[in-house]
Parts: sequence; C-alpha cells; structure tokens
Amino acid sequence: MASFKFKNVYIADYYSLVGPIEKESRLKNYDLAMNDYYFHEKTFEKAEIKMQQTVIDNLLERHHLTIKDFDLLIGGDLSNQISITNYNAVNYNIPFLGIYSACATFAESLIIGSNMLDNTNIKKTMLITSSHNLNAEKQFRYPVEYGAPKPHTSTFTTTGAISTMLTKTPGKIKVESATIGRAIELGIKDANNMGAVMAPAAASTLQTHLTELKRDLNYYDLILTGDLGCIGSSILKEFCDKTYNLKLKKYLDAGCELFLKSQDTYAGGSGPACLPLVLYNKILKQNKYRKILIIATGALHSVAMVNQKESIPAIAHAVSLEVLS
Amino acid sequence: MKKEDYKKLVKKISPKEHRLRNLGVSFLTGGSIALMGELTITILINVFGISRVEAGGWLALIIIFIACLLTALGFFDNWVSRCKCGLIIPTTGFAHSVASSALDYRNDGLITGLGANFFKLAGSVILYGVLSAFILVIVRVIIGG
Repeated sequence: MASFKFKNVYIADYYSLVGPIEKESRLKNYDLAMNDYYFHEKTFEKAEIKMQQTVIDNLLERHHLTIKDFDLLIGGDLSNQISITNYNAVNYNIPFLGIYSACATFAESLIIGSNMLDNTNIKKTMLITSSHNLNAEKQFRYPVEYGAPKPHTSTFTTTGAISTMLTKTPGKIKVESATIGRAIELGIKDANNMGAVMAPAAASTLQTHLTELKRDLNYYDLILTGDLGCIGSSILKEFCDKTYNLKLKKYLDAGCELFLKSQDTYAGGSGPACLPLVLYNKILKQNKYRKILIIATGALHSVAMVNQKESIPAIAHAVSLEVLS
Repeated sequence: MKKEDYKKLVKKISPKEHRLRNLGVSFLTGGSIALMGELTITILINVFGISRVEAGGWLALIIIFIACLLTALGFFDNWVSRCKCGLIIPTTGFAHSVASSALDYRNDGLITGLGANFFKLAGSVILYGVLSAFILVIVRVIIGG
C-alpha cells in the first residue's frame, strides 16, 4: 500500500521568493522577487542559501514566531549532496531532515512532514525547497556563460525558494492524502527530454493513487503535475490513455503554466521550486479549485550516469490537497 | 507499455529540431566571422606591412580577446543561442568555452576550481585536435612520401 489518508494536517501558510525571469512570468502575488541571480551575495551557491533563509525568516516574521516554535525542518534542493539546504539548516538549531527526489522534493517533504504531524508529538513543521537556474546549469549542464544551443524538449530550471508551514491546527489548506511513488525508467536516456523521462512515473503514481483510494479522475477539480513541461504533459496524456485508459481533462502541468511564450524557455519550467511556485502563486490564487491532486515529478539522474548512457530513472509523489478558505 | 513502444510515442510527440535552418544560420554566422577575419588580415598586411603568417597570429589574438571580453560582459551566451554552432566552431568558440568555464569556477580556488576546470570543454578540442593532426601527418608521410 503506497497511499494513505491524513487526519489532521494543514498547510497554515507559505512564503515564496521568485527569480528575475520568474517575476516577469505568469505568476501573480508572489511575496518577494530577486532582481539578479546573485541576490547580493558573491556566489550563486551563497545566493541560493540566502534565498532559503529569506523565505523561512520572512514566514516566521509574518506570524510573529521563532524557529524554536517548530519541531522539525525538512527540505532539499538540486545541488550535489543537497548542500544548499544543509548549509542553510545550520542557521536553524532545530531537528532537520535533508531529502532528495530531484524536482519531486516538495511533495516528498510534504508527505514526510504530514506523516510526522499525524503520528508523533510534532506540532509544527517547516518545509523548505529551492532551485537556482544557474546553480543547476553549472552542475548538470554547461558553464553558465557558455549558452550552448538547446533542443525544444529541454526545460528551464526555475529560480525560487518556498517555505511552507505545516501544522495540526486547521489552516488554509488541508493535506488530505498522499501516494508514495516508485522509481521507474522506460528506456529514455536523453537528459534534454526530462518530460519524457518523468511522464511514466507520473502516470504510475496517478493510477496507484486512484486505485488504492478507490477514486476516479472526477473526484479532483484539478490534477497538477510538477515539471513535465509542455511536451512532457502531452506525452503523459497519451501515455495515461493508452496504458491505464485514463482520460486526463481537468489537468495542468506547472512547468507548462509558469512562463510566457515570449520568455523563450523551451518546453517550460522545471526544478523543485516550479510546482510549489505555480501551486501557491497561480493555482490557489485563482480560487477556482477545491480538491487538487499534485503529482511532483523528479528525474533521478546524475551527470556521470547520463554520460555512461544509462536510462534515467524517474519518481513521482502525489499529494491530495483540499482548499478550505 | 513496452520500452520500444514508449520510445515511439516520445518520438512522435517531441518536436523535431530545425536542423536545416540551424545549419543555414551557422553557415552564415560562421562564414561572416571568417569574412571579417580575412578582411582584418588584408588590412593588417596592407597597413602595417607584415607577412600573412604574422598577420594570422595577430588575428587569432584579436579574435580571442574580443570573444573573451564579450563572454565576460555577458553577451556571448545569448548570441550562441541564436547563432548556433556558427560561433562555437571558430576560434571564438574555443576562447568562449575557456572564458565561461573560468568564470564559473573562479570562486572555487585557483587550483581546485579555476585550474582544474579551465579546459573543461576545450580539453576535448585540444586532445582530439592534436590526435587528428598526428594521424593526418602519418597519412601524409605514407601517401606523400
């Protein structure tokens, strides 16, 4: 059984910081925006650490809380050994779990945090996720200033940081249930087509979620995948139809919803920050949907494995959210 | 779904790259750099009265300087995205790859960062450039005597 329901877990509030390109995108009402990739720091790595720190500190300040009011900090990012989150965690002297599911990290933190709240004495948990376009480019692709031509299937790593406050006391959004995904590969080796790598994982998790919780697609007002991009989401629709006979209609992909066409970001946005940014600053602001299923997708590759021409494994975790207010 | 069927599905939905258009753009941009180089050599020979070999050396120096400067100022990556391989294949690309790697790793230490990653992209060009020159020389010795 990979799915379970939660009794009393709520997303009380969240704080989002967006990058210089994301602030011109289709996102509305984000809390803070960066004007450049350095964020007043000397290196991009330090900038991302400061981004994480800023969103946590500003969320605490908004609620007149200190980090000591929280029992646990859970988070991750894209950097090697999730060093950004680790180096940020040292600023907060509270129990800390560093996690990695590539771009599905946000959903993983939500699932772990919710289980902790439901089954232990923990009362408040802080979740943190971030990604920085230039850190990801440097690590996974070419040097930042190189600007190698990219194919249309590639996606653009979103720059942003998001902190989420998870509590037992009723808040804005109820975390209703979740499904833990499995690592899946269907023979795609192209690191420039992440949508194709991750689509089967998203489909498998969706099917598992619906079967195990005995629901059909109509139960949800919206199904929101993480960062398949515009091409990956088309692949998902056809894959779901052919493999599981699921016809996705009330469906959006965060990567495809993030940027404007004129922003020239290939197949759309990606990165751990992509899904929470679009969910919090676009989907929830529309006030249109009550029951939302988010399926965060992550490609679990490393540069070495891609260079050795191995098929890329992918993961997708699903979390069902109910908007209360 | 089997892996083979999935690959077909991905291929069907993923858009095709405009190879012919990219080729045309690269040909034109690469060609115009070569044309400008040739013009510079002619000017150098006629104005400064130096030999063609010497002028070639000066030209390489000028191109490398301009490419590195534009990389450092942050223009070059945007132009590479537009001009495709037209800017990467000439000497401009070699200089740009070294300069961009140096910029990326400048904070990671002089030896462990800058030194170790300086030829991250250009290393292959040097290695296989020397290797292919070696093989071609052997071929020439065998055929040409």
